[in-house]
Amino acid sequence: MKMTGAQILVETLIEQGVDTVFGFPGGMVVDIYDKLYDKQDKIKHILTAHEEGAVHAADGYARSTGKTGVVIATSGPGATNLVTGIATAYLDSIPLVAITGNVRNSMIGRDSFQEIDITGITLPITKHNFFVHKISKLADVVRTAFEIAQSGRPGPVLIDIPKDVQEAVFDFKKKPVEKPEALPCCDAKDIDKAVQLIKESKRPYIYFGGGAVRTGLGEDIVKLADKLDAVIGCSMMGLSEIPSDSPRFLGMQGMHGRYASSVALAKADLIIALGVRFSDRATGKTEKFSLSATKIHVDCDRAEIGKNVPVDLGVCCDIKDFVKCLTKAAPQRKNTEWIKKVDQLREKESDAYEGLPFLPRDTINIMSDIVKPDTRIVTDVGQHQCWTAQFFKFRNKRTWITSGGLGTMGFGLGAAIGSSMGTGKRSVLITGDGSFGMCLNELATAVTYNVPVTIVIFNNHALGMVRQWQKVFFDGRYSNTTLDRKTDFVKLAQAFGAKGFKATDKESFEEAFKKAYKVKGPAVIDLTIKTDSVVLPMLKPGGTFNNLILRREDISDAEK
Amino acid sequence: MPKNKIIIAIYVDNQYGVLSRVTAMFTRRGYNIDSLTVGETESPEYSRITITLTAEKNEKDQVVSQLRKLYNVKKVIVLSSEECIKRELLLIKVRNTEEAHADIVEATNIFRTKIIDFTDEAISIEATGDSQKIDAFIEYMKKFDIIEMCRTGLVALDRGGANIWSEHED
Ligand SMILES: Cc1ncc(C[n+]2csc(CCOP(=O)(O)OP(=O)(O)O)c2C)c(N)n1
Ligand SMILES: [Mg+2]
Repeated sequence: MKMTGAQILVETLIEQGVDTVFGFPGGMVVDIYDKLYDKQDKIKHILTAHEEGAVHAADGYARSTGKTGVVIATSGPGATNLVTGIATAYLDSIPLVAITGNVRNSMIGRDSFQEIDITGITLPITKHNFFVHKISKLADVVRTAFEIAQSGRPGPVLIDIPKDVQEAVFDFKKKPVEKPEALPCCDAKDIDKAVQLIKESKRPYIYFGGGAVRTGLGEDIVKLADKLDAVIGCSMMGLSEIPSDSPRFLGMQGMHGRYASSVALAKADLIIALGVRFSDRATGKTEKFSLSATKIHVDCDRAEIGKNVPVDLGVCCDIKDFVKCLTKAAPQRKNTEWIKKVDQLREKESDAYEGLPFLPRDTINIMSDIVKPDTRIVTDVGQHQCWTAQFFKFRNKRTWITSGGLGTMGFGLGAAIGSSMGTGKRSVLITGDGSFGMCLNELATAVTYNVPVTIVIFNNHALGMVRQWQKVFFDGRYSNTTLDRKTDFVKLAQAFGAKGFKATDKESFEEAFKKAYKVKGPAVIDLTIKTDSVVLPMLKPGGTFNNLILRREDISDAEK
Repeated sequence: MPKNKIIIAIYVDNQYGVLSRVTAMFTRRGYNIDSLTVGETESPEYSRITITLTAEKNEKDQVVSQLRKLYNVKKVIVLSSEECIKRELLLIKVRNTEEAHADIVEATNIFRTKIIDFTDEAISIEATGDSQKIDAFIEYMKKFDIIEMCRTGLVALDRGGANIWSEHED
């Protein structure tokens, strides 16, 4: 059938199973918006307040559903406003298709009004990107973009479509959606080698990350751990893939991870790394990382193997297949000493954490108890993020939504909106006063679409995470990290048309949260937190997990 | 770990923008390219890029794996120095003076290079060979007054009947 480029784009999106897109219109995508207008029954378009909100929403949608998120923006500033969000998705390997309009082919290269080379700008932060010169290529470019975004290690893809291509007319034929190519299965030789290394080990540790979330590997990891008598830890990206109370699970490890998890990783003699990339936040100084442990690394991206940390056995294949085969092939092991040692670490951890009242942890515990298992827990970036990662008790998969790799402040609200849009479930956004200030304009979106999102602001009147570094490493010289603002978040919420609550302690928080969680649409709780609360444990720069700072008293005399 | 000279041959889609995708990967990951050549191949849909770099094994593996992830990259091989034929082209222009004249002509003969332009002012010479020969020739020519020079960087093919699609070890 003869169709315009804009129509072909919309039809191909429908063909690819897209039911929700996030975006913001402008001159160079007005044709696309016109065609979306015709297809409102098939594709729901969510209009955000800012393109950055739209791209974070598409990302949150993808993280919580496993589907590919889609965002649309106009040329020039619309396109550049996507950059932070595309980079966020890139570093966390999230499948995303970003569609931008551009000026006509004949105007390209002349610095025309709102012309920008967005394929050039996004080159290093996309898996691939396309500039569509000709309408004849458009439909297949869109199909390929979805395939690239989802296949292997997922990631963002950008399609830049000049206006004349949107207007041109061409024949469109529907095509069945092709399944992304399956990843290669594991090799018997690698399994044999892994079994050998397992037999030589006495202190095995399974370390998983975002790749495990992508492949739904949770149950298989637990089975493998049972067989090996191993303990389990994860990177920030792995959280919620297995329930937090799973007996062998020690939680997130890393710079601000759980004490037992990080120390056990340092003491292990065999690390089985599944769908992780040994990021510096997870390993500390990579050169010093668990030097004595044997390492098996399995990932679908060959380039990750040996990139940050040298490994003894590197396998590039479908990690699920590997784990299943290994579980079958491995002998039943018993590592009584190791499990006892880890239990001691856990005891030390609970002694350090659980004794004294600590409002950030206490409020997270309250939320853990109240929220339904399928509620998405979304965060921004900072201390509040670390505390949530450490203490929240996840029960269902894909319920943890955070910017791990890029650490994007301002990610949270958009992502929470996208999550709820994708799942139809409630999201709880745990944010900081600094991060919330970056993209709070999306409260307007949450109100407009009556999105069930409960927003908890950990209001420490500070850029807490940076301030903590200043406290520990810069003698308490708090340069520009005090947020001496007079913002009244309750009134602010109300001004946007949302509900607002205030809390100052455990009791008032519990009461406020119960109410806020029941509000149909968005609600904001402004929770006052002490300015100088710190995230512990803490890894010193260049340090190893053998010398983690665990207690407040251990922080140098800088400031108490 | 020791650093070695490495020759990488890459088949890419013959399309606009592909070269910058390849070089951007090197820039972004902090790998230094020693030389790069690009041109047409036996099939119109592909271009062939030959890159030489100095790297230790780990870096080489990274470069190869990262290149293979690029959508427009169809094939990446590492050519082993012994098993391939390789050439580079140099154009060099030196000042022609009465005293230097004879020495320059003799040098071009000894190095089996070719004079392709000759004026009272300057002598321009074309040299082909592997990089060591070119290096040696340039080194020798330094005793004259070099006005300008440019070299193409290396191009290389497998020896014998093999081609880029044949089995290669990384
Ligand atoms: C866009 C962006 N800018 C700057 C930073 C650096 N940064 C990391 S955490 C942080 C403080 C965050 O403050 P807040 O959101 O209030 O969280 P808190 O640490 O106080 O809980 C800053 C500035 C960042 N991660 N992202
Ligand atoms: Mg704060």
